[in-house]
Amino acid sequence: MNSLVSFYRSSIGKKVVMSLTGLFLCLFLVEHLVGNLLLFANDGGHLYEEYSQWLVSNPVIRVIEVVLFASLFGHALSALVVWIKNRRARPVKYAKYRLDENAELASRITMLGGSVIFLFLVVHLWSFFVPLRVTGTTMTAYQLVVQKFSDPWFCAFYLFALVVLGYHLKHGFQSAFQTLGLMHKKYQWLLGLTAFVFWFVLPAGFASLPVYFYFFSPPTPSAVVLGVQ
Amino acid sequence: MQKSDFYRGTIHSLASSTIMNLTLKIWRQRNRDDAGKFATYQISNVSPDMSFLEMLDVLNVDLIKKGDEPVAFDHDCREGICGSCGLMVDGRAHGPGRGVATCQVHMRSFRDGDVVVIEPWRAGPFPVIKDLIVDRTSFDRIMQAGGYVSVKTGGAPDGNAIPISKHVSDEAFDAAACIGCGACVAACPNSSAMLFVAAKISHLALLPQGGPERKARALRMVEQMDKEGFGNCSNNYACEAECPKEISVAHIARLNREFLKAKLT
Repeated sequence: MNSLVSFYRSSIGKKVVMSLTGLFLCLFLVEHLVGNLLLFANDGGHLYEEYSQWLVSNPVIRVIEVVLFASLFGHALSALVVWIKNRRARPVKYAKYRLDENAELASRITMLGGSVIFLFLVVHLWSFFVPLRVTGTTMTAYQLVVQKFSDPWFCAFYLFALVVLGYHLKHGFQSAFQTLGLMHKKYQWLLGLTAFVFWFVLPAGFASLPVYFYFFSPPTPSAVVLGVQ
Repeated sequence: MQKSDFYRGTIHSLASSTIMNLTLKIWRQRNRDDAGKFATYQISNVSPDMSFLEMLDVLNVDLIKKGDEPVAFDHDCREGICGSCGLMVDGRAHGPGRGVATCQVHMRSFRDGDVVVIEPWRAGPFPVIKDLIVDRTSFDRIMQAGGYVSVKTGGAPDGNAIPISKHVSDEAFDAAACIGCGACVAACPNSSAMLFVAAKISHLALLPQGGPERKARALRMVEQMDKEGFGNCSNNYACEAECPKEISVAHIARLNREFLKAKLT
């Protein structure tokens, strides 16, 4: 136990926790996107509904859900501790500091991006997770998606958050491998390619949903009954 | 016209056409306890062929002539080897350019009329001693914690007794090129010393002589680095960009590997 505590107390230990939790969250994003793509089935949300029910009723998924929330908490908390320590390491700031000439934009806005993503998660969970799983609603998951994505401001916020997520992952994904000591020039190209899938393809896939539902999807009969559009 | 006169005239006209007048905003601080502030100086007739430190020498001569206190700055070899010099020039550690120490920056990097901001390295573990000089003994303490190999004293060993492959020795040498100037800390938004510690650990981990103390070295040096109050690496790689010896961040990946192996095994 003591060695675990001393490991986490070290600067590298906290970064390793951030890397492992970050990579786990990346894996979750893949699963989440695959599930979301069922919304395109054009069957009034039937397939998506079945998938949602299967997720909720599967005990393994419920355990993974707990690990997921723990990872999110561990990632954010470690980031905050690291960020505070980093600010303290330079008590007197430079009058002129040209970090922009030496570091990519994505690497300079990781904490800011993380904060936006956290805010997005609050909105996201409040909009979908809370009514579906906590407070209860008469709507199906599909109907809720259609209703929420009929609001242009909601869609705009989603798209903005997804651009931020892209930047966050552009730095974060490769950064995780560097922190875990797995970066090597021999397979840098493979890592770069995989990172591209995570920071570009994945957010673009998520972004396709609000775009599709706002511009192209006609409201379902049930959505009309519920007063949407 | 004599040939020598022709050359002298050409050189004179070339030089005079590029002579610069600059405004320098320099951090002045009497001692560790002084709050410090920027002072502005005008400097004229700066030759583009001067090194940055020579330009400061000229400024100091002017200040001494006026009876003012000269600007204190660290320097020694003035050829990019010793790691003594280190100034934040216009927001860049060691000034403009890549792979150079401050002493290797030439004034041709600037233009007539430029305002040049000169600051000391800024980091909690590098307190300012005076003006542009900072106390970098935190690096020494990290080295004392494990940046060495223990050897039995006696006759000098045969240099070729231990075979080391060329690519490994090259990689170890790339890391060993670190001059401990602290530019990595100065350039890092988190004042992290990871590139410095990585260079030292990588250098010794790659060579057989560093083998026996490998685990203890990684643990102790990282522990001391944290104790000194350096920030955490956030993989911005500004350190690599500003390192006068262009030491790769791949060594930081190796440091992380060494630390994890030592902690977990």
